[in-house]
Amino acid sequence: MSEKIKFTIDGKECYAEPGQTILEAALDNGVYIPSLCYLKDVIPAGSCRICNVKVAGRFMTACTTPVAMGMEVENDIPELNELRVSIIEMLFVSGNHFCPACEKSGNCELQALAYKYTMMVPRYPYLFPEKKPDSGNKKLFIDRNRCILCKRCIRAVKDEQGRSLFAFKNRGNELAISLDHELAENISDELAEEAMEICPVGSILKKEKGFQQPIGHRKFDKQAIGSDIKSVIK
Amino acid sequence: MRNTVQKIVQKAGNDRGRLMDILLEIQAELGYVSGEVTDQLAEELGISRVDVEQTLSFYHFFRQEPRGEYTVYLNNSLVANMMGRVEVAAAFEKEAGCKFGSVTEDGRIGLFETADIGMNDQEPAALINGKVFTNLTPLVVRELVSGMRNGKKVEDMIRNYGDGKNGSDLVRAMVHNNIKQKGSVLFSAYSPGEGLTKALQMSPEKVISEVKDSYLRGRGGAGFPTGLKWEFCRRANKEVSYVFCNADEGEPGTFKERVLLTEYPHLIFEGMAISGYAIGAKHGVLYLRNEYDYLKAYLESVLEEMHEKKLLGDRILDTEEFGFDIRIQMGAGAYVCGEESALLESSEGKRGEPRNRPPFPVEKGYMDHPTIINNAETLCNVVKILKNGSEWYTMLGSQESAGTKLISVSGDCKYPGVYEVEWGIRVKDILDLAGASNIQAVQVGGPSAECIGPADFNRTISFEDLPTGGSFIIIGNKRDLIGDVVTNFLDFFIEESCGSCTVCRTMPTILKNKIAKILTGHGVQQDLEDLQDWGSKMKMANRCGLGQTAANPVLSTLKNFREKYEGLIRKDVDFDSGFDLASAVVDSCEHVGRTPNL
Repeated sequence: MSEKIKFTIDGKECYAEPGQTILEAALDNGVYIPSLCYLKDVIPAGSCRICNVKVAGRFMTACTTPVAMGMEVENDIPELNELRVSIIEMLFVSGNHFCPACEKSGNCELQALAYKYTMMVPRYPYLFPEKKPDSGNKKLFIDRNRCILCKRCIRAVKDEQGRSLFAFKNRGNELAISLDHELAENISDELAEEAMEICPVGSILKKEKGFQQPIGHRKFDKQAIGSDIKSVIK
Repeated sequence: MRNTVQKIVQKAGNDRGRLMDILLEIQAELGYVSGEVTDQLAEELGISRVDVEQTLSFYHFFRQEPRGEYTVYLNNSLVANMMGRVEVAAAFEKEAGCKFGSVTEDGRIGLFETADIGMNDQEPAALINGKVFTNLTPLVVRELVSGMRNGKKVEDMIRNYGDGKNGSDLVRAMVHNNIKQKGSVLFSAYSPGEGLTKALQMSPEKVISEVKDSYLRGRGGAGFPTGLKWEFCRRANKEVSYVFCNADEGEPGTFKERVLLTEYPHLIFEGMAISGYAIGAKHGVLYLRNEYDYLKAYLESVLEEMHEKKLLGDRILDTEEFGFDIRIQMGAGAYVCGEESALLESSEGKRGEPRNRPPFPVEKGYMDHPTIINNAETLCNVVKILKNGSEWYTMLGSQESAGTKLISVSGDCKYPGVYEVEWGIRVKDILDLAGASNIQAVQVGGPSAECIGPADFNRTISFEDLPTGGSFIIIGNKRDLIGDVVTNFLDFFIEESCGSCTVCRTMPTILKNKIAKILTGHGVQQDLEDLQDWGSKMKMANRCGLGQTAANPVLSTLKNFREKYEGLIRKDVDFDSGFDLASAVVDSCEHVGRTPNL
């Protein structure tokens, strides 16, 4: 068995397996580092930037940076939390998010993070971008208004041959998710369900089913995001 | 059509890693990449359609719809505007009969804009079907458009060829080199093979230590010590490794690589071979920006010539142990691909999105092999260092910056062009050389770096003071610094962001809207604080150099020209929503024929 790597997060002593990223190790050690684009067991994207931590005075994404021996990670500090709120606010103003009408409300990670960091109203003016939804698939509905471009679907939803069902299109502020209609034509119910599950917001929805779980009884209605990560003594 | 596509794909070995080349070639054959072709490509390459599309839609010069038999890409960079682009653009629209961003009804002429084509010293300039047209005027435009109407060949529309190799058979471009000052390193006497011969007499380790001793630092802007980079890569000690030359200068205002590629390509390729020997690589790739496609055939002929002279190939200079070859990888229009890991992604046929680090390219680069990426100018320096020794090299330059630097000077001055200067030269001295007077500001290092005013003109161009990848844009007193300069640079970063990181994708637009609010007279003190506070988040929360520096046009003018902002804001109120009822109802009132009753 390989040696564990000792490091600290906000002064708390933690241990990591060799090769583990800061985020993975933090979760194992019962430390919550907020994240959005991170998805367990999938290659990290490092694109939402919410898991930004500081190591030796430098900002780095916890989901992509491997733990090194003796690393001193800063996580729950005002500077970083401020940055995280501001990123959440940017995600709100760069899309069109109408929580009360969204099927994902209560199960949405973006919304949950906004609550966690008590975002009242974004400091940034809304950009009101025009986004085209895509309803062309039999089972999936893609609402780009809510998409936060986290790449989770791109990285995780594949067909049997390993081909991506989703991909990015364009660049910059025109960036959008597109669904491969041919590959997704005969998508199974399970995969469609999984795609919806994987999406942290309400951008990928499975058709003909919705609001089964009443609002008020959903995951983050009961408890704040990250509160299930309990400190474990190792 | 199906056969054409099939042939092109087969030629590329059905390799999805060569998607850039495949798409470029299809475009050259068929004009654009249609939906039907996209489907076929997906099928032949065994990937999903959206995977083809993600690359296709990323690059500026790829077309998913016809863009005219003659496609005009007019440069919209700051210096182009300074030199009269607006009149030229109006002339194009009037003569062609269509607006920018569209194609004439008969499908003959398409008018499009593009960001910085590396011709800042001869603007306004445009690319027409890949050929460069410089120093455009409305009169010239009229002639060009009439030529297009008459079906004239683009190459026949070029009236005069430029100096040096620009006039050679394989280039035939109207581009001028504008070498205004020669120095003792780059623009100095050279006969191909000198550096390589010296290098091969040493061990690879010795070559690396010679480069380390020279204190050579990367010339692309970041300034990483070259020898150190090589050493890291050599240490990775893998069977296969790669040398990349970054010839994707996209920073508005730089054009020095254009000149190196035109006049000194041997020097670049020789530098690549030397670095290959040093790190133990057999393969080199020159990543050439699409804007310089007009040099490709010529560069390929140089490669061939160097093979013949055994400066490249299986047995270089008849040695048993060292072989090295170079291929050219074309870009397709994306500033971000100048970032080294984005450049690798692009070379693998993907979107030019910068990678997360670690791992660094020296450990895991092109196709996961250890890779060094050096700027073209850096590699030219290497040859001279090997030829003359590191001691000679460190005699040149300033305390922390050894050697010379190519500066691309453009904007409001008499003598725009490329100057080879020793590091440590004062800004003022460059201004004098360039014949510039009545100067408001100098943008040193391009939009991503710093905008300085006369109070800083005594500062020096050096890594310890004002570093630069080479761009030096002179902004005269009559220019509107915020309205013209800052806004143009923000537009550039909005257009060129890959979009991957939240902050870089969003913030430049937010900043631009804020500047617009200030420019329309609705700004208040708080808006200046916001610009500072919001802009500073770019540095904290983006993956690559583009994102981290994209707010610099705002931040550096706020720092050095605060009075200009202060002069634009309202001092009588603390809050202004930016909403103007009168202008909001103009359209509706006009529509119903009523005068607003406010």
